[in-house]
Amino acid sequence: MLSLLGFFVLWEVVARLIGSPLLPPASAVLAAIARETASGALPENLAITMARVIVAFVIAMVLGTVLGLAMGVWRRVDVALDSWVTVLLNLPAVVVIVLMYVWFGMNEFAAVAAVALNKLPSTAVTVREGARALDHDLLEMARSFGMRRWPVIRHVVLPQIYPYLFAAARSGLAIIWKIVLVVELLGRSNGVGFEIQVYFQLFDVTGILAYTLAFILVVQLIERGLLQPLERRASRWRR
Amino acid sequence: MSLLVRVRRKAFDEKPVLEGLEFDLGEREIVALVGPSGCGKTTLLKIIGGLDSDYDGTIGWPDGRAPRIGTIFQEPRLLPWRTVRQNLTLVLPPDAHAAAEELLRHLGLWSFRDSFPPTLSLGMARRVAIARAFAIAPELVLLDEPFVSLDPEMAQRSRDVLLEAWRERATSVLLVTHDPVGAAALADRILVLSPRPARIVAAIEVPAAQRRGDRATALQVAAQLEVAVGQHLARG
Repeated sequence: MLSLLGFFVLWEVVARLIGSPLLPPASAVLAAIARETASGALPENLAITMARVIVAFVIAMVLGTVLGLAMGVWRRVDVALDSWVTVLLNLPAVVVIVLMYVWFGMNEFAAVAAVALNKLPSTAVTVREGARALDHDLLEMARSFGMRRWPVIRHVVLPQIYPYLFAAARSGLAIIWKIVLVVELLGRSNGVGFEIQVYFQLFDVTGILAYTLAFILVVQLIERGLLQPLERRASRWRR
Repeated sequence: MSLLVRVRRKAFDEKPVLEGLEFDLGEREIVALVGPSGCGKTTLLKIIGGLDSDYDGTIGWPDGRAPRIGTIFQEPRLLPWRTVRQNLTLVLPPDAHAAAEELLRHLGLWSFRDSFPPTLSLGMARRVAIARAFAIAPELVLLDEPFVSLDPEMAQRSRDVLLEAWRERATSVLLVTHDPVGAAALADRILVLSPRPARIVAAIEVPAAQRRGDRATALQVAAQLEVAVGQHLARG
């Protein structure tokens, strides 16, 4: 908190010393945030971007988890899909985005699919590690007591995968935040990425920083207000 | 519940582990299989417990249906992310939860019901594993070295808990161990296994008067066991 405050003070001082429109002072950026919020443009664009993030995140996490579990548990699935996952993992994000827009048109589906597809392989790889590390003694115990499939998944398998899921969610969100703005910049007419593109064309650094700052704030809120408490809850048995 | 074990042969990679291993287990009987480490005791329990079906032979249940089996593994194998109480109730149908709580109370584990297993001592975790196996109202309980790496006092406490649960729930018990004294302190009958491939080389009936007595009695029985095994070896 203190380092953050110090950063803003430093920014304000340096920007005023330089006096260039390319580095507006913090106060100007905060004023821009206030203005854009009052006009409703900032909240609206943030909400649109967040909606894309959430949908893409959920799709990528669910598919990536299923894929990763299957690859970790069944050797044949792993052999069949491993090189595809590696290809996808190494494919530049921009290529995936452009191909999605070309193949499916400049629409919402292509945008969300591009974001999800960029995150999917890393989730699958992380969860696969977790599935490979499953404790077979506990699975044998569950079998010996005749536990059914769903309770086994819920009480025996998933708790072992949670640390990997959280790692995937963390790094996945980090990827998504970066990708979603590029996706919006390249092929959407709303959202934070689009606004940044507009301000870029106007060379309006104040506007760019205003949207960036607001975006960072929301990302931090989600990280601290949602991910971290969830993780603490899932690992409360470790003492 | 009685059980007829007839394992003709069980091998891993052509190497025989069990060969011609046959014995019966009577209703409410506690039988201990005693044998050297690595002689295939755990493998035998897996076969009886239905976790391994790759063997030559039969496991006979008198009325032809697989019974409810409660297994107590060598390690407690509790779910570390679930409380003691949840570890019991998760393997039970919902209508049996009250019985599980009753058992926890009865075995002196009630004050730990909401603890997570990583906070328990090994002896305590073993007792929870015993409670779990008996909570399912088993017809047969299988135990794999349940008292190793416990100090004598803790081992005795765990045995008491086991016997307490056994008296509570009429059930047959099959226990494998390498510890003759531990076996003598529990069993009605002790079967001695050879090294690999394991088969039964001696059987001793614990006299009714000496069953489940104190440690001194158990030592006496273990000594008899040693004599019986010695005689067997002398006969060749």
